[in-house]
Amino acid sequence: MTTTTETAGGIQVVKPTVASYIRDYFARVRGGDLGTLPAVLGLLVLVLIFGTARSETFLSALNFANLFNQSAQIVFIAMGLVFVLLLGEIDLSAGFASGVCGAVMAILLTTHGLPWYVAIPAAMATGIVIGLVLGVLVAKLGIPSFVVTLAAFLGFQGVLLTLLEGGKNISITDEFVKSLNNGTLSVRDSWIFAVIGVAGFAAAQLFRWRGRVSRNLVAEPFGIVVARIAGVALLAFSATYVLTLERAVNKAITSLKGTPIVVPIIVVFLVIWTFVLARTTYGRHVYAVGGNTEAARRAGIPVDRIRISVFVICSFMASIGGILVVSRQSSVDPNTGGSNILLYSVGAAVIGGTSLFGGKGKIIYAVIGGAVIIVIENGMTLLGLNSGVKFIFTGLVLLAAASVDALARRRAAATGS
Amino acid sequence: MAATPLLELRGIDKSFGPVQVLHDVGLSVYPGEVTALVGDNGAGKSTLVKCISGIYSIDAGTVTFEGREVTVHNPRDAAALGIEVVYQDLALCDNLDIVQNMFLGREKKHGIVLDEATMEEMAGETLRSLSVRTVKSLRQLVSSLSGGQRQTVAIAKAVLWNSRVVILDEPTAALGVAQTAQVLELVRRLADNGLGVVLISHNMNDVFAVSDRIAALYLGRMAAQVKAADVTHSQVVELITGGRSGNLGLPPERPSDFIDITPGEVK
Repeated sequence: MTTTTETAGGIQVVKPTVASYIRDYFARVRGGDLGTLPAVLGLLVLVLIFGTARSETFLSALNFANLFNQSAQIVFIAMGLVFVLLLGEIDLSAGFASGVCGAVMAILLTTHGLPWYVAIPAAMATGIVIGLVLGVLVAKLGIPSFVVTLAAFLGFQGVLLTLLEGGKNISITDEFVKSLNNGTLSVRDSWIFAVIGVAGFAAAQLFRWRGRVSRNLVAEPFGIVVARIAGVALLAFSATYVLTLERAVNKAITSLKGTPIVVPIIVVFLVIWTFVLARTTYGRHVYAVGGNTEAARRAGIPVDRIRISVFVICSFMASIGGILVVSRQSSVDPNTGGSNILLYSVGAAVIGGTSLFGGKGKIIYAVIGGAVIIVIENGMTLLGLNSGVKFIFTGLVLLAAASVDALARRRAAATGS
Repeated sequence: MAATPLLELRGIDKSFGPVQVLHDVGLSVYPGEVTALVGDNGAGKSTLVKCISGIYSIDAGTVTFEGREVTVHNPRDAAALGIEVVYQDLALCDNLDIVQNMFLGREKKHGIVLDEATMEEMAGETLRSLSVRTVKSLRQLVSSLSGGQRQTVAIAKAVLWNSRVVILDEPTAALGVAQTAQVLELVRRLADNGLGVVLISHNMNDVFAVSDRIAALYLGRMAAQVKAADVTHSQVVELITGGRSGNLGLPPERPSDFIDITPGEVK
């Protein structure tokens, strides 16, 4: 069955075919390397359940577009958390950090009357400073991240209350900020975005494939590359089709169609961080420190600096999550970024397939996990279930995801793969 | 046989607080030879290696590399000289693949982007030079490799950088019979390629199988450095356990030899 081929230096390696590639994939899954498979399967099952039970509402274009707006904050915090989790650390303060950053933006916009292009960077800078403080405390003082960020969780809750002077609600009126997580692209722009996105993905895949083939290195079978591009194209174009349908409740008053503006924002950050993790030295070092800190140290990697940097990235992403949630609510209150936001975000990263033990995870996992969380939240609301049931169910899903992670790890240790 | 040592240590002293671990240790590593560094637990083998590789600083003594006196402050200095250490616990990242591990900390780049193709080519050529002919894939995760394969990757990582001296800390400790033979063959090949190899081992069979010279440490002192052909198995064991064997090794013990290695007391 297996044929070999020659690669760099004349080493004999197994030549991959479409069939062997698929076999390998299932072998890896059986060996405990599940990746994001459980999350994708879970998502399909949930969509099927909610789609059958509430096909009118759950499967409507309006609800589909809503899912993106609802999930933005969680997805952004989860993307940042992936970096922290890759090092086997945790950031429990990311939820309230996003609230504090959102409040900073709202206060600058309203109380100080500053324009959005000052307020938004200020909120992001706040996030970076928060991350720097957390990172230094963890990396340089050696306090466990669980304790540092638990303290910060309490602290930022207080900071938020103080910023809002004991709990008043600040409403924003800035149209640009409000459009970020409420507005939509025009139908034409929606399609342009979809086409550019798919073309960019295809170009990157084909370029890499050709580069490897031209240097006589073992490349993925071409069929797999084509299938992957076709899959992404199918997803992007069908989503764009649904999003460009008329979804206004009352068409006579106003028309509502087009991809939510938040979608390109999510995609841009997804692409940037995926690139950073997979294609740069920094990303490689993050995985190395998460996989074996001592090996990383001996390889001359500045472990402390990497540790600080992931907290900076996490809090920075939380600040964008904060900006987007303030945009969505058009206001900020003492509970922005509070209640279950942080737990949902950690849940999203873990359900997506990021390992709590460090060293394993991708940015896309945060997006897929975020989708699972928000589909549960949204679908169960549409089913008319109360919050109690929702929390119990979400808790069970998170527990299931963490068990999958732990079991996969044991399985990997047992099979040595 | 090469006349001048590639790496020569003279009069190395090292203390941790009041505990002196190394006393006036000398060691010569010749190109194209395997020098076995033997000694009982606590004899100071690991400390000596860490002094060579720059993890510990030395208190006294000189390090000469290719006839020049050098100072090694950190592992980077050692790597710059061409001294690489393969540690017992391998220092590989399970979640990275073979190529990623071999280039860890010294990745090749195109601008800011990792140059995976060049790294993969270099990794392939290095493995080939070590006569590794078949792997499933160069992109296999290290977690899926056997102990012997991991050791091979760790050694390949050390020789990738045109290193001159490779120090192997117990490379066969955790391996089965067949894998041990493979790794020893690899160790011999490194020396045959002209490198200076230091092999730390507890296993006398391994030591006699591949080494040209044997250096025995005894309680922080270099008991003897001899040619492997000139000594017998039992003489080496005596050097390890008693510090001397016949007219080889340290002079008979004086009580003062032991005082300074006891915590809390000063000579």
